[in-house]
Amino acid sequence: MSSMENHVTTKIRGTGRRDLIFIAVLAAVLAAFLVLSAVKKEAGVSVVVTVDGERYGSWPLSKDEEVPVTIDGKTTNVMVIRDGMADMTEADCPDQLCVHQKAISKNNETIVCLPNRVVVQITGGEEGAYDSIAK
Amino acid sequence: MIPSRNKAAFLGVFLALALICSYVESLIPFYFGIPGVKLGLTNLVVVMMLYCVGAKEALAVSVCRIVLAGFLFGNMFSILYSLAGGLLSFLAMVLLKRTGQFGVLPVSISGGILHNVGQICVAALVVENYNIFYYLPVLLAAGFLTGLLIGVAAQGVIRRVGPFLSGEKRRKGE
Repeated sequence: MSSMENHVTTKIRGTGRRDLIFIAVLAAVLAAFLVLSAVKKEAGVSVVVTVDGERYGSWPLSKDEEVPVTIDGKTTNVMVIRDGMADMTEADCPDQLCVHQKAISKNNETIVCLPNRVVVQITGGEEGAYDSIAK
Repeated sequence: MIPSRNKAAFLGVFLALALICSYVESLIPFYFGIPGVKLGLTNLVVVMMLYCVGAKEALAVSVCRIVLAGFLFGNMFSILYSLAGGLLSFLAMVLLKRTGQFGVLPVSISGGILHNVGQICVAALVVENYNIFYYLPVLLAAGFLTGLLIGVAAQGVIRRVGPFLSGEKRRKGE
């Protein structure tokens, strides 16, 4: 492991030209990525809830509704649809990250409750509509 | 280098420092709209150790910090999350540092970005839903920014504290 120790040095170089190029290129790539993903956003039509990777149910965004998510007879999360947006309002986990997350309405946006493995996702209506026509 | 009999105490001090950073961060209601986006204050300690103490010591402190902080301030999921992010970010930083081509900032930035990549991968595996990669662009950008901030801070810390840690000045005091 002595090879690792050879890399220990207290004399560090300042930020050089190469560092600045690295940072600038990376910033440009990430900004482009961010802009591209923002442009692609379109309003979703329905909301799908999955638990443990399996479909729990789906609801249209147009109708206000309160959906309790019940796993093994216990209500773990509550998802509320209001004004065309889906929001997680209750979760029985300690971190409450999904509850803090803002309401979602754009296609493919998701709210994830990691401890309960609950995923709330917005889907576009078009594919669904085509499916029903095809049937 | 550090005499081996002092090593446990020496590294313990860093572990304490990293844990305090975790604690401080858990107190700040830092919220950017998506789970997982944090400043990553403890990465300051990891970057500093990477430069001033050594790679395996940095790794040891990082892993111990994640497990202990998980028990103290989080839960099993936060350990899993942090471990994936922490290890991937550590790997990226060590490799980039070893190329010898870059300074502290690119190393810290790559650490910040890869940390978020590791976390989103674990999240996708846990919930078995790969649509959450939808948030990848935002998480990458967040990792870049936090990595940059931590890198600037780490650069200052390494410059000032580094000579004491590596023993150059410590020995004079002994």
